[in-house]
Amino acid sequence: MNAEIGHFALILAFAVALFQMIVPMIGAARGWSGWIDSARPAAIAQLGLIAISFVALTISFVTSDFSVLLVYENSHTAKPMIYKISGVWGNHEGSMLLWVLILALFGAAAAIFDANLPPRLRARVLSVQAAIGAAFLAFILFTSNPFLRLDSAPFNGRDLNPLLQDPGLAFHPPFLYLGYVGLSMAFSFAVAALIEGRVDAAWARWVRPWTLAAWVFLTIGIALGSWWAYYELGWGGFWFWDPVENASFMPWLLAAALLHSAIVVEKREVLKSWTILLAIMAFGFSLIGTFIVRSGVITSVHSFANDPERGVFILAILALFVGGALTIFAARAGSMQAKGVFAPLSREGALVLNNILLAVSAFVVFIGTVWPLVAELLWDRKLSVGPPFFEKAFTPFMIVLALVLPLGAIIPWKRGRMGRVLVPLRGALIFAAAVMLLVFAVSTGHSALAVLGAGLGSWLIAGAAADLWQRKGNSGPSRLARLPRADWGRVLAHAGLGVTFIGVSLLMAWQVEDIRVAQIGETFEVAGYDVTLESVEDIHGPNYVSTIAAMRVERDGRMVAMLHPEKRVYPVQAMPTTEAAIQSGLFRDLYLVIGDPQQGGGWAVRTYIKPFAGWIWLGSALMALGGLISLSDRRYRVGAGAARGAALARPAE
Amino acid sequence: MRLLTLCLVLLLALPAWAVQPDEVLSDPALEARAREISRILRCPVCQGETIDESNAPISRDLRLYLRERLVAGDDDKAAVQAVVDRFGEYVLFEPPARGINWLLYLAGPLMALFGLFVGWRFIRARGQTETDPQELSTEEKARLDRLMRD
Repeated sequence: MNAEIGHFALILAFAVALFQMIVPMIGAARGWSGWIDSARPAAIAQLGLIAISFVALTISFVTSDFSVLLVYENSHTAKPMIYKISGVWGNHEGSMLLWVLILALFGAAAAIFDANLPPRLRARVLSVQAAIGAAFLAFILFTSNPFLRLDSAPFNGRDLNPLLQDPGLAFHPPFLYLGYVGLSMAFSFAVAALIEGRVDAAWARWVRPWTLAAWVFLTIGIALGSWWAYYELGWGGFWFWDPVENASFMPWLLAAALLHSAIVVEKREVLKSWTILLAIMAFGFSLIGTFIVRSGVITSVHSFANDPERGVFILAILALFVGGALTIFAARAGSMQAKGVFAPLSREGALVLNNILLAVSAFVVFIGTVWPLVAELLWDRKLSVGPPFFEKAFTPFMIVLALVLPLGAIIPWKRGRMGRVLVPLRGALIFAAAVMLLVFAVSTGHSALAVLGAGLGSWLIAGAAADLWQRKGNSGPSRLARLPRADWGRVLAHAGLGVTFIGVSLLMAWQVEDIRVAQIGETFEVAGYDVTLESVEDIHGPNYVSTIAAMRVERDGRMVAMLHPEKRVYPVQAMPTTEAAIQSGLFRDLYLVIGDPQQGGGWAVRTYIKPFAGWIWLGSALMALGGLISLSDRRYRVGAGAARGAALARPAE
Repeated sequence: MRLLTLCLVLLLALPAWAVQPDEVLSDPALEARAREISRILRCPVCQGETIDESNAPISRDLRLYLRERLVAGDDDKAAVQAVVDRFGEYVLFEPPARGINWLLYLAGPLMALFGLFVGWRFIRARGQTETDPQELSTEEKARLDRLMRD
């Protein structure tokens, strides 16, 4: 009964979405206020219905109702409760349901919170949002129904893929989806503005918080996934340039570009048509990401469903929305007159450069991701594009970005002078140079990567500090507490990027690895640490058996850590996983992995010393935190900036 | 980020995890070269893993073959070529910049140049109109009055 209620609610949600797509749009065109006002209750009803459907599916998972095909295929009674719940979205059908739930959530949020939005614009935004929702609801109902029943319920399920049974991975997809789908709001605002034919500062102020929120969620989602890869895969890799990672990275880069260009529209009323185009492209890349993951056209382990029918359906959605939006864009772009004027050396100029660098780097990632597909289709060549290509092709843009960023963050609007911008950054320059010298001196082999990465990272961090110092002006430190939150957010996010730069480059340059066979009781030395394999034993977990080792790590005779790396086998899926034991420190992680027993006795053991590994995620956390603080700035709060924006917009009607 | 090891590992009761101790060459310099090379070679049956990370038996074979070539005295290039001759271009994670692949390598720089060109033209155009500040339209004047009264 439960599953049928869910299915029925989903069909109703589809009907409501169709209504919400058509009626408010006509109402806005004709000026019929009743039709315009119908958008809000429809958006809320749509959320309510999809939520009922999602809860129904969750209940089926939690109660292990194996008469539902999806539950049978992805769950098991012995599975811990948290993974019964996360199993709801650990599969194709359920994850699409989560996708539309979040889509409706954003739509309803816009209906409820943007009280100051002009009613017509809101009706159009909600209508576009509902069109996306209707397309994906149709996709679920016609190709990926999560509520299919089995004739006779099996005794137990097939369990969830053990790799997904992990706290990091349980929350990785929801955050990514919040990010992907959050960009749909930017898209809906862009299309609505194109239909209205007006893009102004007020529009940018409405669209920016949504983009900022989407970017924060994407940052968290990507960081969670990368952190999971680091501790789970058994050798501490954190980024692989895998097609599906790239699929989340491209929208992140474009969302970052969009955040910055929306500032220019908000403050100076230039870059309007470019910002609209970016909003369309950012969501377009989210759809491309969904297409890549769901169609399996680019082979990747993320694709639960390699089903051509589904792939074609998503491709059609992609073509319809991006193609449609670009067509309206082509028709209306000419009407978007830029207002502000500025010199090349100015905040506007710096943000244009920021946008070029971010958009081109997203393009590089895109072309590398689809190249194997293109080469096979057009020239029948089967080839691979992987990390060595991306490292070479992508890194130069990030170097230039990091070099220019601190300058761009403090250069004044309209017109700046190089000499004057460099003055407050003198300290940062000296600091970065000192760090580079230090890294050069201590690094064995004088790794260029370490020197460059640490130098750029320190330049970014010190540059952010200089930015803050300059904002403070001549007044005392108490002024810092009264700075707008947007300033704090910007400074934290820019510093976070620097922290990540340092983490990535020093980890890649200085990592130490040791692979060997160790006997029980044997002590071996890795980079100054004495590691002893004390014991290995078998234990039973709730739905797995585990080989767990006890390893003591000492340095100069002093105990550093007692670590317990594990190797698990999940019998239902006959699948092994490694659980590395990690002791995290500020300047290095100790990373131990237990392997297989060897024929001549002893165990395969891997030991890694990973310098500055934690900085990668510390930096990501700072970036996300910066975004959140900026989001809480009072000009985005209900009433403040938006009210003034609405007053601006009204006289023109 | 990736759900690795879904490939052949599924079929094995006892998987071999990436580089095994018995594969490691006794000469550290040679081993370092082998590791460096195996990071650019793709496991032919996995989904986007290098042979250095992969747990598939074929990756172990590739790693051993590569080391064989290096011990036999091949330089890096020859050793990679020997692997490519056997398994095809597909195993190279960095496609050779030959033929149409040049487009892949040039796409980024060309796009950057194009972006800079368009950006520069836009900025120049913005700078030039600076000399004649536009008169406020009547609509804007009304808006300004309204704002001043607020």
